[in-house]
Amino acid sequence: MNYFPDEVLEHVFDFISSHKDRNSVSLVCKSWYKIERFSRQRVFIGNCYSISPDRLIARFPGLKSLTLKGKPHFADFNLVPHDWGGFLDPWIRALAKSRIGLEELRLKRMVVSDESLELLSKSFLNFKSLVLVSCEGFTTDGIAAIAANCRFLRELDLQENEVDDHRGHWLSCFPESCTSLVSLNFACLKGEINLGALERLVVRSPNLKSLRLNRAVPLDTLQKILMRAPQVVDLGTGSYVHDPSSEVYNKLKSAFQRCKSIRSLSGFLEVAPRCMSAIYPICTNLTFLNLSYAPGLHGNELTKLIQHCRKLQRLWILDCIGDKGLGVVASTCKELQELRVFPSDPYGAGNAAVTEEGLVLISAGCTKLNSLLYFCQQMTNAALITVAKNCPNFIRFRLCILDPIKPDAVTNQPLDEGFGAIVQSCKGLKRLSLSGLLTDQVFLYIGMYAEQLEMLSIAFAGDSDKGMLYVLNGCKKLRKLEIRDCPFGNAALLEDVGKYETMRSLWMSSCEVTLGGCKTLAEKMPSLSVEIINDTDQMEFSLDDRQKVEKMYLYRTLVGHREDAPEFVWIL
Amino acid sequence: MEGSVAYENDLNLKATELRLGLPGTDEREEQSVSNVRNKKRPLQDADEEFGANGKSDAQNETAPPAKAQIVGWPPIRSYRKNNFQPKKSESDGPGIYVKVSMDGAPYLRKIDLKVYTGYAELLQALENMFKFTIGEYSEREGYKGSDYAPTYEDKDGDWMLVGDVPWDMFVTSCKRLRIMKGSEARGLGGGV
Repeated sequence: MNYFPDEVLEHVFDFISSHKDRNSVSLVCKSWYKIERFSRQRVFIGNCYSISPDRLIARFPGLKSLTLKGKPHFADFNLVPHDWGGFLDPWIRALAKSRIGLEELRLKRMVVSDESLELLSKSFLNFKSLVLVSCEGFTTDGIAAIAANCRFLRELDLQENEVDDHRGHWLSCFPESCTSLVSLNFACLKGEINLGALERLVVRSPNLKSLRLNRAVPLDTLQKILMRAPQVVDLGTGSYVHDPSSEVYNKLKSAFQRCKSIRSLSGFLEVAPRCMSAIYPICTNLTFLNLSYAPGLHGNELTKLIQHCRKLQRLWILDCIGDKGLGVVASTCKELQELRVFPSDPYGAGNAAVTEEGLVLISAGCTKLNSLLYFCQQMTNAALITVAKNCPNFIRFRLCILDPIKPDAVTNQPLDEGFGAIVQSCKGLKRLSLSGLLTDQVFLYIGMYAEQLEMLSIAFAGDSDKGMLYVLNGCKKLRKLEIRDCPFGNAALLEDVGKYETMRSLWMSSCEVTLGGCKTLAEKMPSLSVEIINDTDQMEFSLDDRQKVEKMYLYRTLVGHREDAPEFVWIL
Repeated sequence: MEGSVAYENDLNLKATELRLGLPGTDEREEQSVSNVRNKKRPLQDADEEFGANGKSDAQNETAPPAKAQIVGWPPIRSYRKNNFQPKKSESDGPGIYVKVSMDGAPYLRKIDLKVYTGYAELLQALENMFKFTIGEYSEREGYKGSDYAPTYEDKDGDWMLVGDVPWDMFVTSCKRLRIMKGSEARGLGGGV
């Protein structure tokens, strides 16, 4: 089938960058497979147990950038015991032994040890970029190794990791010769850092575009940094507290005025509301604003700030903004595409919470909205139907009513019709999370209309197996399905076992599936790994097939059962 | 609900079932968030009637039904949950007030250590209060670059340099603060 020499094909493939497209290219014929695999530089592995390091290395010798995801999504919410798995170590060891010139590593929900980080830092001469999201298992000693040994480091991005902070000295490990930093994010580190070392690092990093500080960095250091790095595009402040009448604050105001490139702003982990006026000059050009860690900012100061941000495309905020505050967002931020509203008080009565009113206001004012994460006090079908009409472009729609089985706040009906309207109107919907009182009907709608749906999260919903079956039969593009506390059992699980080979994974916890059902599934589908996860303090596995399974996680894999499963995980 | 029959005969799920509403109300509306989700399904309540108020055991464990905590709910990343700091005005308990003296100042001040979340804030507050500048801290050399060094008296009666121990340990062991000046300060920083 080859009309062109290999080099021409390779050149053409260079323009194909999306993982999906490259995967398709490799399936056309043997010769395209061969050319594609030698020219592939970026690989994305959505489940680290679906393939082994050795096979990865064998197929893609030119690998430069690797993305790996470990634990299932519900691990974020403490539903997966800590030692379940997702270890980086075997990957690093295998890559280090090979001739792969790794330059970029992006990890999500993996267990990363200091030893792995040290090995990483010493094994790849051209290593440039490390991004860790929601990972754990390492300390600032591991970070120090990266700083010290990666001579051409461009990016060190730590997002929401649980890091054991040994305080301070990792920053000083960047050698004087390190001048290549473009992006540094250490906002999630809890300990003190050497402020002088930070300032010197900024001064010798002329390419620094993204800098996110942690709580230990005070406002006067921020001011000094901004004076030396006015080219910064993405800024995360540390502690933002000072006396607004002070000299330092005045200097900060002029520093901000010189920072004409800032488009993204976050942080404010500690905030003095009266100091926010220094920021107004950069608000006009902001496209991303993240105030979701700033409970100290609310009321008038918050709305005044928002009113300056007319070009905002992404906003992450706490629900203390209230419905009225969301109204201000709706009338100011006409370019808004993504909105995330987090609860400021996850367990409480939510006096400051938002309701369906805020969401309706947003949908009316921000018609470009395509991505939503909304934690709210209550919701109604009428509101959801209005939102669906106003915003047909949703790609991601995640609604979380804090009280998990709350019905329509006005009619007391289930919220089936509201969510049904969303899936019917938003033809491009790829990700959906449901909450509130829901019957099998909502799943009928989802199966019928959500043709592009790739990820679905369900909790405390449905009446019977039919609910789950509607989804499995209807959503042809479904890749990830996660279910907790729903009355779905073996009949739904086993109706179409081949379906799971077309998906990345299925999670079911506190449902009706039994051990026997899971065993049957595992027998029929050897290409799946079916894991039963017990709680760590319950070491005996009951062998009774009628026993309901507390947590089941299954995923397709090319390499059989993993060998690093802890005692409390039983792979059928 | 189809599942209710299974609930009755099977491993007692109803003790860990979520239910809303008052006891004795209709099953459909009755789903109440009344339990903390136990790790094990309790077998000892296997005889309990489904229709009867299944909350009797639950109530021993939890507060008013609607606000009990379910594992993993609301679905917020644990990092975010762990990092929620209540607003300062709502801090519970009395403050930790310590005296602060500065060499050469005519009178002492008092500050509440609970108000600060770390050394950076504390030192800044001290700088503002006494109108001076503290030098740069390093583990090896203490505070370089100014005539002042912040010190504190700990539980054992020893005078320690501020910043050496983790913040939380400092807050619980600090009895009073003293900002040393001049040669005494430099001696403390330059030595061992």
